[in-house]
Amino acid sequence: MVERRLTAGILAHVVMLIGVAIVAFPLYLAFVASTHTAQEIVQAPMPLLPGSHFWETYKAALFGRDNGAGSTAPVARMMWVSLVSALVITFGKIAISLLSAFAVVYFRFPFKQLCFWMIFITLMLPVEVRIGPTYQVVSDLGMLNSYAGLTIPLIASATATFLFRQFFLTVPDELVEAARMDGAGPMRFFKDVLVPLSRTSIASLFVIQFIYGWNQYLWPLLATTTEDMYPVVIGIKRMIAGGDGQNEWNIVMATALLAMLPPAAVVILMQKWFVKGLVDTEK
Amino acid sequence: MEKRVIFRSSWLPWALLLPQMAVILVFFFWPASQALVQSLQLQDAFGTSTEWVGLANFRQLFDDPSYIESFKTTALFSALVAGLGISLSLLLAVFADRIVRGAMIYKTLLVVPYAVAPAVAAVLWVFMFSPSLGVVSYALGHFGIEWNHLLNSDHAMALIVMASVWKQISYNFLFFLAGLQSIPKSLIEAAAIDGARPWRRFWTIQFPLLSPTTFFLLVINVVYAFFDTFAIVDAATQGGPGKETAILVYKVYYDGFKAMDLGGSAAQSVVLMLIVVVLTVVQFRYVEKKVNY
Repeated sequence: MVERRLTAGILAHVVMLIGVAIVAFPLYLAFVASTHTAQEIVQAPMPLLPGSHFWETYKAALFGRDNGAGSTAPVARMMWVSLVSALVITFGKIAISLLSAFAVVYFRFPFKQLCFWMIFITLMLPVEVRIGPTYQVVSDLGMLNSYAGLTIPLIASATATFLFRQFFLTVPDELVEAARMDGAGPMRFFKDVLVPLSRTSIASLFVIQFIYGWNQYLWPLLATTTEDMYPVVIGIKRMIAGGDGQNEWNIVMATALLAMLPPAAVVILMQKWFVKGLVDTEK
Repeated sequence: MEKRVIFRSSWLPWALLLPQMAVILVFFFWPASQALVQSLQLQDAFGTSTEWVGLANFRQLFDDPSYIESFKTTALFSALVAGLGISLSLLLAVFADRIVRGAMIYKTLLVVPYAVAPAVAAVLWVFMFSPSLGVVSYALGHFGIEWNHLLNSDHAMALIVMASVWKQISYNFLFFLAGLQSIPKSLIEAAAIDGARPWRRFWTIQFPLLSPTTFFLLVINVVYAFFDTFAIVDAATQGGPGKETAILVYKVYYDGFKAMDLGGSAAQSVVLMLIVVVLTVVQFRYVEKKVNY
C-alpha cells in the first residue's frame, strides 16, 4: 500500500463488515428460522436469535412429515436426486468436452471447422430460448421423470470444449512425438499424457459445472412431474405454495440451507480452482 | 491455429466427437429448428391441425401491448440489476483491495451467494420481505413503508432486483478484485508521490484501467438478468402482481406452458435467440479487444 493511515484501514474494514453483514444476513436469518417452530416464526417479529428446535426441524425436513401446506416430500430424497444429476452433468460435460477437444486439436478430418462452429453456436441456444421444443423431444424419447431426462439435454458444453481446446494447443508437440516414438497410439496418449496434464482445468471446470448442475431450475421444472424425481431446488419452490401463513417456514428455511450446503462447500473448499474456473470459462 | 504434429485416423475423430454431436443435434439444433418452424405456424388448442401463417405470429407478438410491456420490464430489470450489482461490488472490491489482513475471510464470505441456487435465493428474500411475517418488512413498517410485493408492483420489482443482485455480487466482486490487483502498484505509488489522495487515485487511475473489466461485467450482467433470473422471478413473484415482473424469459415459459400458445411462445423464442446472438457477438468482439489491450 502507498500510505498506511489508521483511519483509512479502519474505514476499509468498516465498509467490508457492512457489506458482508448485508450479504450474510439472509443466510443468518434462514438459519435462525430453521431453529424455531413454525408458530414462533409466524408471530411478527420473528426471533432474531437461534432457538432450540434445530434437530427437530432438520429431521422433519430430511425425512418428511405427515402434514403441512405445499409439498411434504422428504428432502433427503431430493438431495440425492440433485447430487446424482449434478455429478452426471459435471462429469458428462467434462468427459465429452475432453473427447471433442482432443478430436478437434489432434486430428485433421473433413468438416472439422463445421463441427467446431456447431459446438460454438450452442452457446447462443440456452435452454431458456428453446424450452417448448426441447421439452417435446425429451417427452417423445420417454425421458421425462428420469435421470437421463434431467441430465443428458444439459450435458453438451461449448465453454468446456473451448477451454480444453485452448489448453491442448499449448501442450508441446514434443510430447506427441515422444509418445509416438514409444509406440503409443492416440488413445493411449490421450489417457496417459493429455488427461493428467489437464488436471487443473478439470478441477476448475468441476467447481463451475457442479454448481451449474446443482442449481438447475427451469429444466427440471419441465422434465419432472413426480415428487420422487424433484431436485431439491424444485422441491423448495413447491414447499412455498401454501401462502404466507400456512408455510412451514422453519422447514422451508432448513431445506434452503440444506440445498445450498453442497455447492457452498464445493466453492469454499475449492476456492482456488473456483476463481480460476470463473476466469477461464469466460475467456 | 493448428498443431504441427497430429494423429492419423479416418474414423477415430468422428467417434470422439460423436457424444457431443449427438447431444447438440438432438437437444439443441433440432429443438431450435422446431422453434423456428413453429413460430411460422398456427396450431389449434388441441394440436390436431396446424397451418402456415408466415410472420403472423411475430406481427401479433409486436402488436400485443403485454409483450412490449414485457420488453420494458426486462430492460428496466436488467438495467437495475447490472447497475446496482456492478456499483456495489466495485465498492466492495475497492475496499477489499486495500485490506491487507483478513482479506481472505471477507472474500470467502462474499463468494458464498454464487453457490446459492437462484430459486433458493428468491425464497430467502421472499421470507425476509414477506408482508405478514418478514423481518425486513416488519422493520420497514416502523418507517411508515407498508411493504407488500404481492400487491405493489414497485415492491415486487425491487424484490427480484435485490435477490438477483445479491446472487450476482460474488461474481462481479471476484472479477473486480482480480482487475484491481492486476493494476501495477507503481502507477498508484507514482500518483501518491504526486500528491493524489485515494479518492482521486481511484477516479484517475484505477477506474479507467478497470474499464475493460467493467464493460465485460456489464455484458455478463445483462445476459444474467435476461436469462438466468427465470428461477428468481418464478419463485419470488411468478411475474406478478399482475404482469409487472414478467420478464421475457418468464413470458416464453408462461405463454408456452401455462397459456398453451405454442406459436406465440415459439415466436418469442426466436426473438430471444436473436437477442442472445447480439449479446454473444458483443461479448466476443470485446474479448478480441482484451487480447490486444
